[in-house]
Amino acid sequence: MTAALRTRRLLQDRLFLSTCLVLTSLSLVVLCLLLSSVISQGWRGLIDVEALRAVFAEGRIGRIPDLVRWNFFSEYASRKPLRAGIRAPLLGTIWVCATCMLLSLPLGVGTAIYLEEFAARSRLNRFIALNVRNLAGVPSIVYGIIGLTAFVRMFGIFGDVDRDPIRIGPADSDFSLTLPIGHSVLAGGLTLMLVILPIIIISTQEALRAVPRGLRQSSLALGATLWQTTWKVTLPTALPGIMTGSILALSRAIGEAAPLLVVGIPVFIACDPEGPMSPFTVLPFQIFNWAGRPQPAFHALAASAIIVLLAALLSFNALAIYLRHRLQTRTP
Amino acid sequence: MSATEPKPGPAATPKPATSPRVAEDAPPVSIRAEAFSGWYGSFQALHSITLDIPRHRVTALIGPSGCGKSTFLRWINRMNDMIPSARAAGTLTLDSEDLLDRGHDLVELRRRVGMVFQKPNPFPKSIYDNVAFGPRLHRQMTRSELDDLVERSLRAASLWDEVKDRLQASALGLSGGQQQRLCIARAIAVGPEVLLMDEPCSALDPRSTAGIETLIRDLRTQFTIVIVTHNMQQAARVSDGTAFFYEGRLVESGPTDRIFTNPREKRTEDYVTGRFG
Repeated sequence: MTAALRTRRLLQDRLFLSTCLVLTSLSLVVLCLLLSSVISQGWRGLIDVEALRAVFAEGRIGRIPDLVRWNFFSEYASRKPLRAGIRAPLLGTIWVCATCMLLSLPLGVGTAIYLEEFAARSRLNRFIALNVRNLAGVPSIVYGIIGLTAFVRMFGIFGDVDRDPIRIGPADSDFSLTLPIGHSVLAGGLTLMLVILPIIIISTQEALRAVPRGLRQSSLALGATLWQTTWKVTLPTALPGIMTGSILALSRAIGEAAPLLVVGIPVFIACDPEGPMSPFTVLPFQIFNWAGRPQPAFHALAASAIIVLLAALLSFNALAIYLRHRLQTRTP
Repeated sequence: MSATEPKPGPAATPKPATSPRVAEDAPPVSIRAEAFSGWYGSFQALHSITLDIPRHRVTALIGPSGCGKSTFLRWINRMNDMIPSARAAGTLTLDSEDLLDRGHDLVELRRRVGMVFQKPNPFPKSIYDNVAFGPRLHRQMTRSELDDLVERSLRAASLWDEVKDRLQASALGLSGGQQQRLCIARAIAVGPEVLLMDEPCSALDPRSTAGIETLIRDLRTQFTIVIVTHNMQQAARVSDGTAFFYEGRLVESGPTDRIFTNPREKRTEDYVTGRFG
């Protein structure tokens, strides 16, 4: 090889490396800009400025909880920015996401187990598997329309949403069911279930596919039925992957505003959700609402709520990474 | 010989797959194949195999890759049922029970016919739970009965002394040879009559291989063992009888000594002397 050629190749190599580096840092810079702008706008909503000033003046840090503006979490939304809080949307998000997980985990994991472990490689099953993949790419607002017709209104079979719903169960209980289910936590959970079901199915399928075939064969060769093999060998082995996928799906559900917007949840609500039939609102929707107001004070509130939402999302993702690492290296 | 005569019954009959060391008192047949053929879709993997596998002997199936020896093995415990396109014709019996019967209870069959695979594949559970996995599937046992069975199985697989102090540790922490012996213990624990071994040493180092081979020799007093191997020396060392498969046909079967020293077929001689395959 000539010296000139060698120099050229070396230069090419350097050039490629630095291009990659620039591109990587570009996305990092954007993320940092985003975070810092949100934090600079929103931190005053979460931290008690007076208490912070006192800390600097006296030069000692008291109890950390004293620094937090707790009434941002404990107050309902209000016309006065200083008194407004995220109590209703925060509780609503927790209720809806819990409902959504309870509904979509068994359904999604069950579907994936059927498709991977039990279904024959027939044309119909291939068609189903392909369409689950297609559904994962459908914009979430489309699911909102399905949620509105199928869950909130129930195709009008049980009459109008807002007039005399049919009540099943004791009238004064928070857990009695009404038909149609209306703009309730249950309707929201079912709608979000549609959004994240394909994600759970696909990630569970991939986790199951990663289980070595030899394990299944050994189990079957010991006289286990297909069900025993799935329950005792395949599922426990795939569990870290399934949990990671499900937590990531959940963090998608937490951040969704569009489908719930279509479902028609209230903008302002001054009571806590108390059961699956309660009305509710969610954090992304509250943020959307505050950010759309003309007063800058509400923009600051929106930024504070975004910090809370991001903190929840990041801690869920961190939990997913931790679980994957923990369960993979664990000795039983 | 390429095929033995069909025998009238499962009782003791003089057969080629019997070691001369015990020839005067021929052992009863455990597994019998008569004109047995197997297909994957339209591909015929086995052509009219007729072979008797004697009880409490080690029978080695040898032959080049793709000759059908593993396919034959996997019909004995019906592992081929996992492959939708697999089908078979002819007769295959275990203690004169038809193995190909569609209604045959596969759970019971696989309890009677254990299998050890090429790659050691312990479950990602503790050593104890690996061995206890099979027994727990098949019957209710008290804790002490199960403890007992686990110890006996691990002793039988000559693994007990190495793991008795860490039964609750992960099986994945064992060495390759230990893992394979654990898989043998796991197969033994359900109380099978037959042990099928599909190249059980091909993923192991020479020392572990020697350990497994000694174990196979010891186990033949209790189990009928059928072992598929690519390693000619291994077949010669561990087996009483040898069957040579080539392109889906059984070329020759007989006592291992004779197959290796005085084969009747030219192809057998070429293969065992390493001229091909």
